[in-house]
Amino acid sequence: MPIKILIPTPLRPYAGSKSIIEVNAQTVGEALGDLVTRHPDLRKHLFSEDGKLRSFVNVYLNDEDIRYLSKDATPVKETDTISIVPSVAGGR
Amino acid sequence: MATSIESSQTTLSNDEILRYSRHLIMPEVNMEGQKKLKAAHVLCVGTGGLGSPLALYLAAAGVGTLGLVDFDVVDYTNLQRQVLHHTSDVGRLKLDSAIDKLKAINPFVHIERFDTYLNSSNALSIIDGFDIVADGTDNFATRYLVNDACVLSGKPNVYASIFRFEGQASIFGAKDGPCYRCLYPEPPPPGLVPSCAEGGVLGVLPGLLGVIQATEVIKLILGVGEPLIGRLVLVDALAMRFREVRVRKNPECPVCGVNPTMKELIDYEQFCGVRGEDSVLAASTKIPEVQPEELKRRLDAGEDIFVLDVREPHEYQICNIKGNLIPLGDLPKRVHELDSSREIVVHCKSGARSAKAVDFLRQSGFKRVSNLTGGILAWAERVDTSLPRY
Repeated sequence: MPIKILIPTPLRPYAGSKSIIEVNAQTVGEALGDLVTRHPDLRKHLFSEDGKLRSFVNVYLNDEDIRYLSKDATPVKETDTISIVPSVAGGR
Repeated sequence: MATSIESSQTTLSNDEILRYSRHLIMPEVNMEGQKKLKAAHVLCVGTGGLGSPLALYLAAAGVGTLGLVDFDVVDYTNLQRQVLHHTSDVGRLKLDSAIDKLKAINPFVHIERFDTYLNSSNALSIIDGFDIVADGTDNFATRYLVNDACVLSGKPNVYASIFRFEGQASIFGAKDGPCYRCLYPEPPPPGLVPSCAEGGVLGVLPGLLGVIQATEVIKLILGVGEPLIGRLVLVDALAMRFREVRVRKNPECPVCGVNPTMKELIDYEQFCGVRGEDSVLAASTKIPEVQPEELKRRLDAGEDIFVLDVREPHEYQICNIKGNLIPLGDLPKRVHELDSSREIVVHCKSGARSAKAVDFLRQSGFKRVSNLTGGILAWAERVDTSLPRY
């Protein structure tokens, strides 16, 4: 089913400058997989070489961190929104 | 909540009562709350983009003691957003500049200055004298240091960070609340996430986020409202959208979890890979360098050198040395445009991106390729001083 992923500013250069990308998926893992298939440059920013989500990139289904749901296996509904929130440190 | 400010001995003068009258007539603040503000000790780490609006509003609101930590000097590129500092302050210590402005706004505020870089050996003793810490720093090593020091000291850390048009804010280290490590267990490897100096930042964005921090600090002192604990506010200024996500306390967190393994501060430069990265880059790749004066002399002598500029087009518009523009990110797919038989000198703004480009080109079989030391900034300083610096 179609589901929306919100892309944060630091990752937009690797996602065709888009802020929202619609993918097809039944789970969060499938959604991220479809995302990096459509935008291969995103892969190394989201996943380490062993395919794990990087520890400074958080993924939320609506407002909940997927680490506290069923991680990749978390099922998605058409009305859900996935957000990618990487850590940023700027402040000066 | 973590903060309880003892204010029974605090009094307000008639001048102070007049000054704070708009607070005093609100039941959520009133005389008791204003005395709490006066009795409070708040440490602002950094007096830059976030620290400026934060400290200005805390001083105006009547926070009695403000600690300021900074080691930096005001420069022209700060003025677009660091509203504590004026054009006439360029070259002064940010601390001196900040204290002048804060005293001018509110002479009743007592200011403690810490003219230092917050580090593992001074953080705990500095934080010890304060009730609340507000983190307005600009790098991952200091972010983790402030977090760990706050958790170990039991002080709430009112946090915000910014990048381009986006910001994040939360409160970490509050009693029973999550910490920064619960949100992000590890920092990104150096170089993968650009800083504001590399990626830019909208000048008003730290204003928005710094004011969120000031609001949360004041709420913590007053003990009113719903503090931003366990929630991360995400601000997208371009869409002007505020969202929030939950931040859970991680029971396995090494610093605030059920069985914490970290009982003292660590080496944060090493934790964030800053030191390791530099030495690895220097030792393993040995990128050939050319000094700006040397390149200038050889170009003037008519030598056949292809100057490759790997910055972005909008940077090229600011200033250029008539190099051939291929942004670093486009290099892999445009590498065929380059002639490997010619000598190539690569430059960027200050030398980091071009070093990556040189490394990539050498791995792609280019033999005669070198990096312009210090980038176009060094060229503007040492060869052509008419070029604008940015």
